[in-house]
Amino acid sequence: MLPDQFLFGVEVMLNGLMAGVLYALVALGFVLIFKASGIFNYAQGVMALFGALTLVGIMDGQVPFAHLINSIFGTDVHHFGWHVPAFLSILLVMVVMVGLAWCVQHFIFRHLVGQEPIILFMATIGLAYFMEGFGDLMWNSEIKKLDIGIPQGGSMWIEEATSFLGGTNFYGFFIDKLEIVASLVAVVLVIVLVAFAQYTKEGRAMRAVADDHQAALSVGISLSFIWVLVWSLAGFVALVAGIMWGAKSGVQFSLSLIALKALPVLMLGGFTSIPGAIVGGLIVGVGEKIFEFLIGAPFLGGATENWFAYMLALVFLVFRPQGLFGEKIIERV
Amino acid sequence: MFDQPESFVTSDGRTIGGVMMEMKNITLRFGGVVAIKDISFDIREGEIRAIIGPNGAGKSSMLNVISGFYNPQKGEVWYKGERRPSMKPFEVARQGIARTFQNIALFEGMSVLDNVMTGRLNHMKAGILSQAFWYGTAQREETENREVVERVLDFLEIQHIRKTPVSRLPYGLKKRVELARALAADPKILLLDEPMAGMNVEEKEDMSRFILDVNDEFGTTIALIEHDMSVVMDISDRVVVMDYGKKIGDGTPKEVRSNQAVIDAYLGVAHD
Repeated sequence: MLPDQFLFGVEVMLNGLMAGVLYALVALGFVLIFKASGIFNYAQGVMALFGALTLVGIMDGQVPFAHLINSIFGTDVHHFGWHVPAFLSILLVMVVMVGLAWCVQHFIFRHLVGQEPIILFMATIGLAYFMEGFGDLMWNSEIKKLDIGIPQGGSMWIEEATSFLGGTNFYGFFIDKLEIVASLVAVVLVIVLVAFAQYTKEGRAMRAVADDHQAALSVGISLSFIWVLVWSLAGFVALVAGIMWGAKSGVQFSLSLIALKALPVLMLGGFTSIPGAIVGGLIVGVGEKIFEFLIGAPFLGGATENWFAYMLALVFLVFRPQGLFGEKIIERV
Repeated sequence: MFDQPESFVTSDGRTIGGVMMEMKNITLRFGGVVAIKDISFDIREGEIRAIIGPNGAGKSSMLNVISGFYNPQKGEVWYKGERRPSMKPFEVARQGIARTFQNIALFEGMSVLDNVMTGRLNHMKAGILSQAFWYGTAQREETENREVVERVLDFLEIQHIRKTPVSRLPYGLKKRVELARALAADPKILLLDEPMAGMNVEEKEDMSRFILDVNDEFGTTIALIEHDMSVVMDISDRVVVMDYGKKIGDGTPKEVRSNQAVIDAYLGVAHD
């Protein structure tokens, strides 16, 4: 028998881990693009939103730009009247994300090669708001339900299997099945990404570009190809994050704000480290839940989850500016 | 010998072929500064061609024009008998022109082996699916390319550090790894930007030997920039001398050595 208070703490921590996985996914998208091109992509969260919106739109057979079409042609179309299976829809959205990556490279960043980081950053802010508006225009701004068949609700199996741990007031750990699936998907995604970077020729080229642009050019690597590639990969990662978040709380425009939670994650993990993004995400996820449970709710009136991650990042910035796994910043005089 | 267009055999038994690359009236400007002024010269198949000159003479700019990092405002680059349109550096590299850099541009985070393997990227054709399942083309290619890379590592005597991250290597070895990466691409023309810069005497001798061996063994055409005169005169077949963006001499080391303009501008005093 363990004290109930301790067991609740463990449950809180487990739920924090699951939330952390999603933070890590968004942060991972940031790291991919930042490593390869030095661009801090503010639009990463909007890409998650855009991916999820497009997925719902395709699955439900929504007519894209319906509002625009109707107001120009005086028609009244909203739905094609068909439903596309989830798996096929996801493949289609992946194609859309590659197209998006190509457009971003071709119409924006191709013209900004060699510019200051702040200018590149500004461009991604512009891109973020453009995509938000574009997504709105394309699929309208209602909150949409996303159901691709991921099981939801508490896992009875875990609840029953763990109920013996505590006393009569403890009924076992409550863990959402969706979050278990999300974690598994995230783990697989990370393994695939790492294997891709490590063992394929495109991955080798990608690492080369992340390391040194000039040297990469001299061995015949096309930078713009690699940039389209990393934006596509970041798009896939965003799509997965968008699907998980969308399944949990509906596809809505506040989804793009998740991106901001990834900022403290990156501060912790370092902007250039894939393991850093993952560990950082988990630390923020667990940290904010535990803090709320132990200190926030009893002493500070709750809702500390809104700011805890940022405070943690601030403390980290002061003591270890390069993050946990970031490359050490050495300035030669 | 170099005045005849056909191929011939040198006194040490190497075959020098016809013109492989020709620079015609190249002019390169950066704003108001003229880096290269109306320079023409050619590079013949199988030769070691040096470009020398004092600091700021425009040697590196010339190398960057050849490798596509700079596009000249005027003039034409002819490669294998065809006029080369304005190209990006990676496209030039894909045509079989590999290079090294004066300030070493290696992938610092990767191992020596990985660095040299990037030199083989353009020899890999396998699609992503084939690679994903490690089947067919992908598997065969990886083995073949790995063999080529091992030969190069062996040839340049760096096989013992193949697993070491490049960032941990001393300067001289980094230079050699960079040469290995360029060589792994199996280039038609190898461009070396100050291969001996910053090296001690022993390292310079090693590097000279490697350059000669590469040329001898694989018949690789080599164009190099250097301002260490003695080394250049020993290893190159022909030398272009630049000063303030202009060409002031072109010929065999012997001819260049006795060229009065070169002596005045570069050497200061005549070497005997």
